[in-house]
Amino acid sequence: MAVDESNTSPYTAGQAIANLQQTEHLGDRYYAAWWLGKHRVQDPAAIEGLLAALGDELDRSPDGGYPLRRNAARALGKVQDPRIVSALIACLDCDDYYVREAAAQSLEMQGDGAAIAPLSAFLTGGINVATAVPGRPHLIHPYEAIIEALGTLGATTAIPLIEPFLEHPVEKVQFAAARALYQLTADPHYGDRLVRGLQANKLPLRRSALIDLGATTYLAGAEAIAKTFAENSLKLIALKGLLENHLRQQSADSPSLTAESQQVMALMDSLL
Amino acid sequence: MTSDTTTDSIQPLLTAIDNASSADALVGAVRALGASHDPAVIPKLIEVLGFNNPGAAVAAVDGLVRFGTIAVPTLLDNLDGYDYGARAWANRALSQIGDPRALDTLLDAAQADFALSVRRAAAKGLGFLNWSALPVEAQHPAQQKVFTALTTVLTDEEWVVRYGAIAGLQELAQRQPHWRDPVLAVLGDRLPQEPEIGVQARLSWAIQAIA
Repeated sequence: MAVDESNTSPYTAGQAIANLQQTEHLGDRYYAAWWLGKHRVQDPAAIEGLLAALGDELDRSPDGGYPLRRNAARALGKVQDPRIVSALIACLDCDDYYVREAAAQSLEMQGDGAAIAPLSAFLTGGINVATAVPGRPHLIHPYEAIIEALGTLGATTAIPLIEPFLEHPVEKVQFAAARALYQLTADPHYGDRLVRGLQANKLPLRRSALIDLGATTYLAGAEAIAKTFAENSLKLIALKGLLENHLRQQSADSPSLTAESQQVMALMDSLL
Repeated sequence: MTSDTTTDSIQPLLTAIDNASSADALVGAVRALGASHDPAVIPKLIEVLGFNNPGAAVAAVDGLVRFGTIAVPTLLDNLDGYDYGARAWANRALSQIGDPRALDTLLDAAQADFALSVRRAAAKGLGFLNWSALPVEAQHPAQQKVFTALTTVLTDEEWVVRYGAIAGLQELAQRQPHWRDPVLAVLGDRLPQEPEIGVQARLSWAIQAIA
């Protein structure tokens, strides 16, 4: 893939790796880390550079954050190497909220059950400790990303820890909990919670519920997705997610399209 | 009914659009406008497509589609070159009306518009043209253009545009059975190349429906 890119873009994997390794131009390193993730560059030197960037101390934002670490943590979700999961788990202890969030999201993408215990540990205090940071637009930990990762990782042991978050005052956190609990239990009660989210007054919340339903196999929500007051583009993405999750769930020896698949596709057709 | 009384009767509907104080009020006003039988409301419905309000745009598209072919010349004359959101809704209206006077516009939009929402609406619409509105001798050459264009669009870089092309090709074959075999051939060729499983499923569904 990196080779293809070099034909169309003057910026190559080799250059990105070199830019990541130097320490003089911080902006070039930051961009290189993002680029390597976007293009899923598997080159060992790229992965080495990204792993090293997780410990960077040079690139600091005014709020004390670590911009390069954030990008490196995001990029490492998209490539494969046996060292990545433990390095990302270590990032869950970083002082920077956004590094922890990127690490949780990347651990979700890595799909390795080793992340379940450290991610679950964030939830043991329940919702009373999951409070907002004064003056910041976020809670003390990236609960949405943590809960979503636990759902994707199939962390059934975390069900009792996730359940209280259905009552968290932040609605997006409630949605994340409903999404994960549906993934972990297939109980329609949780799917319905997300369908109700499609009726939220604020568009960003409706969008959030759309994305969350698209991460599940809750086919009963398809019709409601199609009727949501939101952009067709996003509804199409949500329905495609639902369709693909359903298709992956079917056994490989029954390749024929189910009635449910056809219903979802008919709804998608109506939104083109 | 004279044109003066017509204008008088739609004036409150137009004013309601301009004075809508909330997104919900606007949607209601657009629904009322779209329910009018007076073609004089068509330009206003087209204007609403550019308001960046999805609910209002859906209602305006419904209204335009209800007018059908009468709305087509005004739609074609007022395609917004700057606002791709408005252009996507207009192409959606043209696609649902199916008037072949929109053929060149839809061909161009499906293949060349930079906005994927415009390409996907146009790609689907190319399959839904009302062929009987064209003189018999013009039908086959126009269908050939649609088939060639949609075959290209099957390889668009965006999955949703490819998905639209599949829906369009399926409808072409179902409306015009002599296109069945060529459409089956291009869809079958595409299946092993298609990277997204959702789009693969749409290919399989189309093949199943046509075959």
